[in-house]
Amino acid sequence: MPAKIVVDNISKSFSSEQGALPVVSGVSFDVADGEVVALVGPSGCGKTTLMNIIAGFERPDAGSIRIDGAAHHKPSKQGILISQHGSVFPWLNVQQNLMFGLNGHAHDDKEGLADHYAAMVGLQGFETNYPHELSGGMLKRAELARALVVKPEILYMDEPFSALDALMNLRMRNELLRVLSEERHTVLLITHDVEEAIHLADRVLVLSPAPAQIKASFDVSLAHPRKLSSRYVQDLRVAILRELGVYSD
Amino acid sequence: MVMKQSALTKKVLPSLLVATFLVTLWWLLVVTTRSVIFPTPWQVLMAMAELVRDGTLWGHIGASLMRVGTGFALAVAFAIPLGLWMGWVQGAYATLNPIFQILRPISPIAWIPIAILWFGVGNESPIFLIFISSVFPMIVQTVAGVHTIERRYLRAAENFGVSRYTLFRQVVIPAVLPQIIVGMRIGLGVAWLVVVAAEMIALHSGLGYLIIDSRNAGNRYDLVIAGMVIIGLIGLSLDGAMRLLEGHRLVRWRYAR
Repeated sequence: MPAKIVVDNISKSFSSEQGALPVVSGVSFDVADGEVVALVGPSGCGKTTLMNIIAGFERPDAGSIRIDGAAHHKPSKQGILISQHGSVFPWLNVQQNLMFGLNGHAHDDKEGLADHYAAMVGLQGFETNYPHELSGGMLKRAELARALVVKPEILYMDEPFSALDALMNLRMRNELLRVLSEERHTVLLITHDVEEAIHLADRVLVLSPAPAQIKASFDVSLAHPRKLSSRYVQDLRVAILRELGVYSD
Repeated sequence: MVMKQSALTKKVLPSLLVATFLVTLWWLLVVTTRSVIFPTPWQVLMAMAELVRDGTLWGHIGASLMRVGTGFALAVAFAIPLGLWMGWVQGAYATLNPIFQILRPISPIAWIPIAILWFGVGNESPIFLIFISSVFPMIVQTVAGVHTIERRYLRAAENFGVSRYTLFRQVVIPAVLPQIIVGMRIGLGVAWLVVVAAEMIALHSGLGYLIIDSRNAGNRYDLVIAGMVIIGLIGLSLDGAMRLLEGHRLVRWRYAR
């Protein structure tokens, strides 16, 4: 199968008082169509910068991104970014937020489409609520639905659930898996939570401390629903943590 | 309901006590110094009653509100589009901001001679002065509003590939609206503040005119202070009205949490 996303030798530096500060250094990997790939790495390793480059919000100093074989420079509805702090517009209600991405679409029932996706993530009955009237978990659902409604081929998820408490985090992972079982998307997920990566991803790439480089790659050959307490998951977790320089045994 | 009333009393009572104390002090000072010119609170109250009875008060209030309303409305119509443009277009900001930063600290009173030169003595001069005084704070607030739109929202709009029109209508303007309302509150406050100075230019109506005329025509300090109190009360109501805008559905998100 041809690769959906090709990340080819990406490097990026930021200028600082001490001169150029390399943040990403020669990162290459592919993501297959419909694959869920997680990037794990320590805080401040350049994960977010790498994600912004792949999603088209920042330009790399060197290297290139290709999506479906074509050079990718600008953000578009082909891939929607969901970030840690969220970007649901606080001045629009849930339905208006969901319809935002449909502006300019010829669809004759935007409201119906928005409501369908609101229901899909469990927000039925909250369509006319404003974000400040929603809980953190519901906000995440709204953000996920707003991304799904434009039928993106790729979801770029940058620490999407890390601002949630542990219970809600787990719930949202299951929610995402359920959505992905209904509608296939290619997912690139950034997280610092190794368990979250193993729970969601088909493949886990481990990044080094800044400047980000790929240190190791682990395939998660386990069917969904995954049992997080299984020996396989625990062993994988230890192996990944080891690559991250953390020894938990 | 009872709880609510006692909470209100708790909130209002201290300032009511201080006000009573100040009025009493004022009264005592006038009585003990046997001042013949400075009026007692009672005399001021009687002066207000006189203005109400002979009907001149409403004319003065109406004239002042008309001038402030017109000058302020013109300033809003000028400052908000300009502020949005300056905030959005870096070149416009770089070009115009230094000019406004020089004009901004000039007191509206300094513009009086120029106002007379340009507009003569009529309604236009005070309207111009009110415009000048309220336009700058509103430009500054609107520009600041655009500059502080969080990048994650602009990025989301970019991600969904919306048109420039949608970007402005559904992201930029709603995001800046709370700041615009803050600017309008400041602008209206300043506009009302300068109404007295603006109406010093020989006119025959307005609360500012009432104050100057009462002093010139026979040292009627009871009318002077009555005019001041009325200006204060109307200023308070105008600010209260602007505060109501902050509770509007479109900007409530800014004040929630």
